[in-house]
Amino acid sequence: MASNFLRLRKPYYVESTINCSSSSDQKPVNLSFGINETRNQTKKRQAKEHHGRRSCLDSCCWVTGYLCTTWWLLLFLYHCCLPFTVGHEVPELMPAARLKREGLKGIHPVVLVPGIVTGGLELWEGKPCADGLFRKRLWGGGGFTQLLKRPLCWLEHLSLHNETGLDPPGIRVRPVPGLFGADYSAPGYFVWDVLVKNLAKIGYEGKNLHMAAYDWRLSFQNTEVRDCALSKLKSKIELMYRANGNKKVVVVPHSMGVAYFLHFLKWVETPPPMGGGGGPGWCAEHIKAIVNIGPSFLGVPKAVSNILSAEGKDVAYFRAMAPGVLDSGTLGLRALEHVMRVSRTWDSVVSLMPKGGETIWGNMDWSPEDEHVCEFSKKRYFRFSPSDNNVNNSDAKQVFRVKDPVKYGRIISFGKAASVLHSSQLPTTVLKEILHMSASRNFNSSCGEAWTEYDEMSRESIRKIGAADKAYTATTLFDLLHFVAPKMMNRAEAHFSHGIADNLEDPKYNHYKYWSNPLEMKLPDAPNMEIYCSYGVGIPTERSNVYKLSPSNKCKHIPYQIDTLVDEEDGSCLKSGVYFADGDESVPVLSAGFMCAKGWKGRTRFNPSGINTYVREYQSKPPTSGIKSTVHVDIMGNIALIEDILRVAAGATGEEIGGDKIYSDILRMSERINLQL
Amino acid sequence: MSSLRRRKPINESSDSKHNEEEEDEDHDDVDADGDNDVNGKNKKTPSKIKKKRGEKPPKQPKWSCMDTCCWFIGCICIIWWLLLFLYNAMPASFPQYVTEAITGPLPDPPGVKLKKEGLEAKHPVVFVPGIVTGGLELWEGRECAEGLFRKRLWGGTFGEVYKRPLCWVEHMSLDNETGLDPCGIRVRPVSGLVAADYFAPGYFVWAVLIANLARIGYEDKTMYMAAYDWRLSFQNTEVRDQTLSRIKSNIELLVATNGGRKVVVIPHSMGVLYFLHFMKWVEAPAPMGGGGGPDWCSKHIKAVVNIGGPFLGVPKAIAGLFSAEAKDIAVARALAPGFLDNDIFQFQTLQHVMRMSRTWDSTMSMIPRGGNTIWGGLDWSPEEGNSCAKKREKKNETQIADQAGSENAVCKAKSANYGRIISFGKDAAEAPSSDIERIDFRGAIKGHSAANTTCRDVWTEYHDMGFAGIKAVAEYKTYTADSLVDLLHFVAPKMMARGTAHFSYGVADNLDDPQYKHYKYWSNPLETRLPNAPDMEIYSLYGVGLPTERAYVYKLSPHAECSIPFKIDTSADDEDTCLRDGVYSVDGDETVPVLSAGFMCAKGWRGKTRFNPSGIRTYIREYNHLPPANLLEGRGTLSGAHVDIMGNFALIEDVIRIAAGASGEELGGDQVYSKIFNWSEKINLRLDEEIPVHSSR
Repeated sequence: MASNFLRLRKPYYVESTINCSSSSDQKPVNLSFGINETRNQTKKRQAKEHHGRRSCLDSCCWVTGYLCTTWWLLLFLYHCCLPFTVGHEVPELMPAARLKREGLKGIHPVVLVPGIVTGGLELWEGKPCADGLFRKRLWGGGGFTQLLKRPLCWLEHLSLHNETGLDPPGIRVRPVPGLFGADYSAPGYFVWDVLVKNLAKIGYEGKNLHMAAYDWRLSFQNTEVRDCALSKLKSKIELMYRANGNKKVVVVPHSMGVAYFLHFLKWVETPPPMGGGGGPGWCAEHIKAIVNIGPSFLGVPKAVSNILSAEGKDVAYFRAMAPGVLDSGTLGLRALEHVMRVSRTWDSVVSLMPKGGETIWGNMDWSPEDEHVCEFSKKRYFRFSPSDNNVNNSDAKQVFRVKDPVKYGRIISFGKAASVLHSSQLPTTVLKEILHMSASRNFNSSCGEAWTEYDEMSRESIRKIGAADKAYTATTLFDLLHFVAPKMMNRAEAHFSHGIADNLEDPKYNHYKYWSNPLEMKLPDAPNMEIYCSYGVGIPTERSNVYKLSPSNKCKHIPYQIDTLVDEEDGSCLKSGVYFADGDESVPVLSAGFMCAKGWKGRTRFNPSGINTYVREYQSKPPTSGIKSTVHVDIMGNIALIEDILRVAAGATGEEIGGDKIYSDILRMSERINLQL
Repeated sequence: MSSLRRRKPINESSDSKHNEEEEDEDHDDVDADGDNDVNGKNKKTPSKIKKKRGEKPPKQPKWSCMDTCCWFIGCICIIWWLLLFLYNAMPASFPQYVTEAITGPLPDPPGVKLKKEGLEAKHPVVFVPGIVTGGLELWEGRECAEGLFRKRLWGGTFGEVYKRPLCWVEHMSLDNETGLDPCGIRVRPVSGLVAADYFAPGYFVWAVLIANLARIGYEDKTMYMAAYDWRLSFQNTEVRDQTLSRIKSNIELLVATNGGRKVVVIPHSMGVLYFLHFMKWVEAPAPMGGGGGPDWCSKHIKAVVNIGGPFLGVPKAIAGLFSAEAKDIAVARALAPGFLDNDIFQFQTLQHVMRMSRTWDSTMSMIPRGGNTIWGGLDWSPEEGNSCAKKREKKNETQIADQAGSENAVCKAKSANYGRIISFGKDAAEAPSSDIERIDFRGAIKGHSAANTTCRDVWTEYHDMGFAGIKAVAEYKTYTADSLVDLLHFVAPKMMARGTAHFSYGVADNLDDPQYKHYKYWSNPLETRLPNAPDMEIYSLYGVGLPTERAYVYKLSPHAECSIPFKIDTSADDEDTCLRDGVYSVDGDETVPVLSAGFMCAKGWRGKTRFNPSGIRTYIREYNHLPPANLLEGRGTLSGAHVDIMGNFALIEDVIRIAAGASGEELGGDQVYSKIFNWSEKINLRLDEEIPVHSSR
């Protein structure tokens, strides 16, 4: 009802203003006169029943009525015509329909593992301001209407405790269980629904399809501590395995769910106090394949800009879902600060930080994507003239190859100079010196309640960092973050690790904080299991950022922001202060594909039992939305991907669906990475 | 927009022309609006005054019909939005504030009250919903159900019933022979707490209980809704959906993740029988059962808190199966009053409903069990002579204005023969048994002539019976619980053939007979032993004080062409014997008679009996029905009605205390308002094991 209301109201306002302006354009004199007249009229109306003239109120009613009627008419027509128009698309939308005709039948139970921000959260216990919201969604579904109604209350309930990373006292927000959890994270914003629909077509239903909903704000181990989410998942998988005639399950994790499921793999085989006690053969016995969609195995650079300044090209789905809201004054002009404050209490964000340090992500002067050509814009530009497409493209390539490669390794650089200059030319101020200098902090108490940890930093040290013309690589980045957000990092480092293991036999790697990092864990001993990396390519993806000091020096303000003015000429990788690389708009190819392409390929130290891995890339095709989209979330509706999943679920092996399918230069990139295997 | 366009040329026209036009317009106005002359002249004057002042008033065209319509709609919309806005802007506590202003402060909800007492979540809780209250959603359907994937067919708004009734009926029906899915249709239960928290928007079932449990700390990891497809027979839920396995695995998980604390199971209505079935299933060895071993229940279950349990069936189910009617046969009718009786299905509503509900095996689990021993014979019934007078007394006690009180004034003189659950004609219902001439229907030949081809699309088995068969049924005059089963076999052989493979309605002579290992006996408390779990507790919680259907007076339907040949004789009324509209009623919760809900806990399982060899303790908790004090209270916090009792504060408090660890004694033991103990005593059921057996104590 409420959404309907909003939808109705919007066109009405728009139209009425147009209406007014058009009439005033035509005859401004008459309009002013009209007001006089109305005044006269109302007087006379009181005296006598006066008909035939239209008062302002009448006109308003009339316009509204007119619009409503038109709206309803269109709505009615839409509903009437929908079945016919959809009727033509159905075979296309439904790869399952075709596969079913081929005789495909669901054999293996399927477990879906949602990623970050795509799962719904509902309220179980709250403060008085959230009265009446019991078991209503706060996140996903209709939850975002609460954001409009009581923004501060909403933010308070979504935050976690600053120190424990668990519930704040008196507030219990829990994940929505079951398929409802993530199938529509906002109305009309399908995440899993298309896939579920297709699976249902070949015979899946509640008994062999499970959505492993978990609270994506928590660190992975804490989901077990608080909600027993891992135990639940284990019990569900065991049940489905037994109840479906001892058929192994196919797991389909998406985005952060990939890391979550890696964590689960280790957890389930570890003995009880810390793990699930499933024994060393559990994975081999219960899991047929893991089809990772848009996997962020090695983290995403976007997460860094998110933590540092709560921005990024499309920092989270936050902004995409509630466009305008966060940028408007709903939160008292402090939208970004509020978002930052809340998202910094979420441990899981830290799990998305780039893993593997300089070895993987490159250092000051080197990066695996060095030869990457930024042809996204060119390609798009020349799409309309296909005749000379080839010529121009090769020309363009040649032009760009001459240039200096982009220094992707510098994930954060302050000032454009720092992002392009050779490392020897950069000042050598070390972060620790700044740290040392700012040891004596002058607290600014006038800022009142400290929102973000920036308020606890002295302005001076903030400036030092910003003015240093410094660039940070994936390794030094952590020093920076430790400096700007010590509390968050301390909390999170207890749950996540971002390094590379030298010796995996070291007993310290039995600790759960290493379980979700593919570079610090061994895959389970399950030689018949298969691991797929399925992701979209061909879309510019944030890889590194150019920062500047925020101009306003007020308190409660984030001191850094992406320097959106930094730009290069058309066709460059740098746009609005962000360097782009190939990927699916959120996860760079490197992070998504490296483990399957090299880290786990064959028998390596990370994959001692030689689990087969397959890289399945999906190239972005002209209509970048809809059934061929390869964007991080929209790829869940990509028919090629769905077909692959259906075939795997129906029993096909990786070889049968065609082995590796690669469009990007992930193989060459991986080769350049010098990792001991 | 059109008005603006129209206004423009008028303004541009020359002054001289303008005056003329205006005259015309004004006259038009008068004509079009149909105003009287006086108003018309009055209206002209102000415009002329303005003209004299030398101002040029913008000429406004008349209101067309279209404009008026739009104006009207606009008005309504704006008012609507305004109200909506006010409603949304209103603080959430406002309705409560108003209520308190009118009726004085409300009592705290039990969850809040008990939290103040310091109660905390202890035992995990499992809910088992009953018949019709669980949601069902579509997973695969015919073409007519396009676009309904994973939308609720049952529960929710029931919007599809109105939009495409025949399609809906087709999808809700099961296969006639197997009792499983029809070809190409998969309708599955909704899972999770959402399955049965609200049946329809605003019509709570479990939601109030869940909200109160959440107050003392329950959440998703300590609560589980054992949703199942309530249309299937109990064993078939396992065959098709592995529901029983799922429940087993979930209970094991709940116990494991909550530090070994046993679960408290709360079944409601038919869920009570379902859970009885589960308890036998889980301990039975693997091919037929769950293979949990003989002590699974004692290891995992702390208490079974049955709410409104029809342990021994409900007479209402008979009327439902026999003629698809009853005072309020199913919730479906209560929810969509008038809808089922009008002609959406082209005058065959009841037949369609009957055809659909006859494919549901689960309805047969509700047929009265225990035969004449429990429900009474031709001249005898456990409730005889009691209920009417008692009801009046009780209502006087509770100081409730009772309009029907006068009707019941002379009840003691005669007593209804409740044992005759169905009788044809009021005479047959009242006459002493020796006067009734009965012709046995069992051998009667069914004619084929009645089969009218035009009726073929509506499948009820009555078409196969023929006139002879129908007549034979009517001539048997009265049916007791024993002969009822035979009657149903006669009128609906296919359905009963399916049903008897899954349910049984008798009383066991010797529980050690190996035949009782078959699953069809598991949901009948009179043919199974409770599991060996001496620490477990069984509660029976139900409402009393509402007239509940117990026996019916039938007649032959006048036009037997295409419709159901039998009908409740609504003209049969008798103030003396509680007979109203052809229905004899007794004490109960409006659906389940006290006898069915209470007997097992009052007598059948009390102490160590052959049905309860390990001596599981049983408790009866009755809740006296009080209607809601005012409209703002909705369905009442003191209700005893079958479904509304889920919002009864006293019941919720009991449930929460049990969940927080209290035993039956701490709760206060039995709490009885009805005469259930008197009635139970009249039932002559052997309870001690006569044949010496090695019981598993």
